[in-house]
Amino acid sequence: MNIRHAKTFFLGALVLCFLVSLFANQINSYWLFISYDIGINIILAVSLNLINGYTGQFSLGHAGFMAVGAYTAAAITNQFGELNPYLSIAVFLGALLAGGLLAAVAGLLVGIPTLRLRGDYLAIVTLGFGEIIRVVFQNMQSVGGARGLSVMHGWTNFFWAFGFAAVTVYVVTALVHSTYGRGFIAVRDDEVAASAMGISTTKYKVTAFVVGAFFAGIAGGLYAHSKQFITPGGFNFMQSIAIVVMVILGGMGNTIGVIIAAILLTLLPEGLRAIADIEHIPGIVTAHPFVWVSDTRMIIYSLLLIILMLTRPQGLFSLRKSLSK
Amino acid sequence: MTALLQIDKATIRFGGLTAVSELDLQIGRNELVGLIGPNGAGKTTVFNLITGVYQPTGGEIIFDNRSLVGRKPHQITRHGIARTFQNIRLFGSMTVFDNVRITAQLHCPRGVRNALWRGSAFRDGEKEIADEVMALLEIFQLGKFRDALANGLSYGDQRRLEIVRALATRPKLLLLDEPAAGMNAIEKIELMRLIQFIKDKYQISVLLVEHDMQVVMGICERIAVLDYGIKIAEGKPEEIRANSKVIEAYLGS
Repeated sequence: MNIRHAKTFFLGALVLCFLVSLFANQINSYWLFISYDIGINIILAVSLNLINGYTGQFSLGHAGFMAVGAYTAAAITNQFGELNPYLSIAVFLGALLAGGLLAAVAGLLVGIPTLRLRGDYLAIVTLGFGEIIRVVFQNMQSVGGARGLSVMHGWTNFFWAFGFAAVTVYVVTALVHSTYGRGFIAVRDDEVAASAMGISTTKYKVTAFVVGAFFAGIAGGLYAHSKQFITPGGFNFMQSIAIVVMVILGGMGNTIGVIIAAILLTLLPEGLRAIADIEHIPGIVTAHPFVWVSDTRMIIYSLLLIILMLTRPQGLFSLRKSLSK
Repeated sequence: MTALLQIDKATIRFGGLTAVSELDLQIGRNELVGLIGPNGAGKTTVFNLITGVYQPTGGEIIFDNRSLVGRKPHQITRHGIARTFQNIRLFGSMTVFDNVRITAQLHCPRGVRNALWRGSAFRDGEKEIADEVMALLEIFQLGKFRDALANGLSYGDQRRLEIVRALATRPKLLLLDEPAAGMNAIEKIELMRLIQFIKDKYQISVLLVEHDMQVVMGICERIAVLDYGIKIAEGKPEEIRANSKVIEAYLGS
């Protein structure tokens, strides 16, 4: 991505999102909902990439930040009944930002004590933190506890999902592609050398956590208003792992690779579902020849991940390429 | 005139081991001082004390009339002490250009907001930094490697890049940790010339830890000798060469 034109690209992406959203009612609603998932997963994966990929801090708590954003945004919009379109935009945007900000505060809280830890130890602490958040929501009766929370408004649409994806991509790319932002990569490459070169490693790590958590919170808000029903179980450890897989598959510290991985991994289970639903193939007598796929869908998905990791351990796109330009 | 760096009775203990004991050392402005000693004498520990990687258990370290005790490494770099590492520590996945560029944010700090907005101030600033970095790289014949990954450079070039990176922080005192390690005779002569050149051009002080006697004796104006964390001698190269304690420490009695 040419950094000189980053702002133009960004504005172009926003306009494109808006134009597509005008025609969104032409799209099959099943695929439309999947497209929201794609947008949300891009936000999650790209923001986690700032923490895990660029700054090299292995975090397993992204679903926790997502939960904070989802519950905050849902709790806010649930206070409102039917609204006219303009007001609903304002309320939704405010709720999303509030969710993002609260998640950013959570990111700050988890960022500070984990500064002394690295590698596996940091991963364990962030994992524990994510679980704490989940358990807190599970026991918070005002937001439904373990029964979950119904979200009244299905306000997430194509524009919001991809608009915020564009914002996330822009922010992460613009940050990293600057003299200031090279500090993130320096912290990842060699912390001792980075601090000897005058880089405050503390500040960079906390910044990465706060920015990453903010966008995870936004993604959570979008998720809540897309599914219209959230449970604490939806933000468990497996959700964090799913985001980490996108980052690793895309290639740590490669934004474009991570975006593609987020799209592929969202589509893959759905694509397998479509294969299982094939009713008839000319020349084959049995009806539903691929029905077995539907039972083994998740196994195939896991196997594909294993194969990909064995053949491309550096990710679908290698790190080197993205950094040399 | 007060010394640029003044170490007073600096001591550091790791558990029961006293790695550096009551070390006194002064470095004047634009002076080239050598620090030598057998393996495990505590030379690198002294570096780590000065640069804040370790905190002394006792004593005082004054740099440019400011105490360095209790300060973090990045703050000390900001005050004007830069270093290289015994085992090269470049940012391997970044280009040569980026390795040097990273230090530029010390002098023109621009934070998150500026990087995001990308206005004209940001562009001008980035251009200015790029020009400065390139000028520095050219001086040390690294300009042609601008877009190469630091990991891909030859050993000698990596050592040189590390020195350039340290210089880019605009230090008043440069600490070089065994810069001649692994170099052949020709490269060593080249290195001696380089260190002399840096000292004269940028008018800075240099503290050199080195095993190679040819290099140390060749360029240092003053040499301090450490053995088991204690300074056993200090003086001009010819004095050190003749000092019986030093000979004993190196060769055994």
